[in-house]
Amino acid sequence: MSLINTAPEMALTARIDDLLNWTRKSSVWYMMFGLACCAIEMMQTGGPRADLERFGMAPRATPRVSDVIIVSGTLTLKMALRTKVLYDQMPDPKYVVSMGSCANCGGLFQLAYSVCDGVDKVIPVDVYVPGCPPRPEALTEGLVKLQEKIQQEKWLVRRSEPAGVRA
Amino acid sequence: MPLDAAGVHARLRDRFGEAIGDLAGTGRDASCSVEPARIAEVCQFLRTEPALRFDCLSNLSGVDYPKRNAIQVVYHLFSYPLRHWIVLKVDATRDDPVVPTVSDVWSAANWQEREVFDLLGVTFTGHPDLRRILMPEDWPGHPLRKDFVEPQEYHGIATSRESLLRT
Repeated sequence: MSLINTAPEMALTARIDDLLNWTRKSSVWYMMFGLACCAIEMMQTGGPRADLERFGMAPRATPRVSDVIIVSGTLTLKMALRTKVLYDQMPDPKYVVSMGSCANCGGLFQLAYSVCDGVDKVIPVDVYVPGCPPRPEALTEGLVKLQEKIQQEKWLVRRSEPAGVRA
Repeated sequence: MPLDAAGVHARLRDRFGEAIGDLAGTGRDASCSVEPARIAEVCQFLRTEPALRFDCLSNLSGVDYPKRNAIQVVYHLFSYPLRHWIVLKVDATRDDPVVPTVSDVWSAANWQEREVFDLLGVTFTGHPDLRRILMPEDWPGHPLRKDFVEPQEYHGIATSRESLLRT
């Protein structure tokens, strides 16, 4: 897709899907959901070196204005119920990034009695970022993958179940 | 004037007689058992007696011993002004473990007793707020007991995950 085509300077042509998706993917506000040590890397990703803001991503502390929830850290069963409540409060269209081994599958704590084995048992996940914890580069790539996914969406068609893109 | 564990133990024996068991271990690990019903009284004495002045409850924990049908509550005490240590151990019966609270002696015991109640099911009589502190309110059983069986699911969340590595 090219928004700016080679036609004369006066004219721009684009499909409406592409145009809307381009605007949407350029302002993905993420909800900080730091649960454990991955949260430290998530903060670094939002900081000046990795700088998520260059992708139009701004941190938000409330689900009600967020587009994507970055689940970063070990999800306990107690927290899993609250995660579902928070996810339900997010306005559509909404996305989930599962950051780190614990959020992906329970990780190191998979056999513990109190740990939920993966956030995808509670809410549908769009992007899984592997690592323990993932470096800011890895999370950035995961979010860029998410942007690619948003770009390919059909705006007028209801969003189907996520396929699970690997970062 | 700091006392060694034998000195602390001798004073306890003088005051409480047979309610105090024999001294075991050396140095900081030196411990003695205490009759469950008298633990609050013993702790109050340890705290207020001018020659002992145990003003700090370093740790309060619990251990499950299914073979001898006991749940042991362990008190690690330290005196900041006098720089000496003692460990107290209380055996409660496993079927109905009841121990008097020491939260009115050291307020630090409040949450630690809640933790022992949560994970091992010891009831601390006289505790001002004996609720679960770590696990969810509706969690079945007490997970640090040796015979605890992890539930298959919690609020519809499966607690095990199929492994892609194990076939």
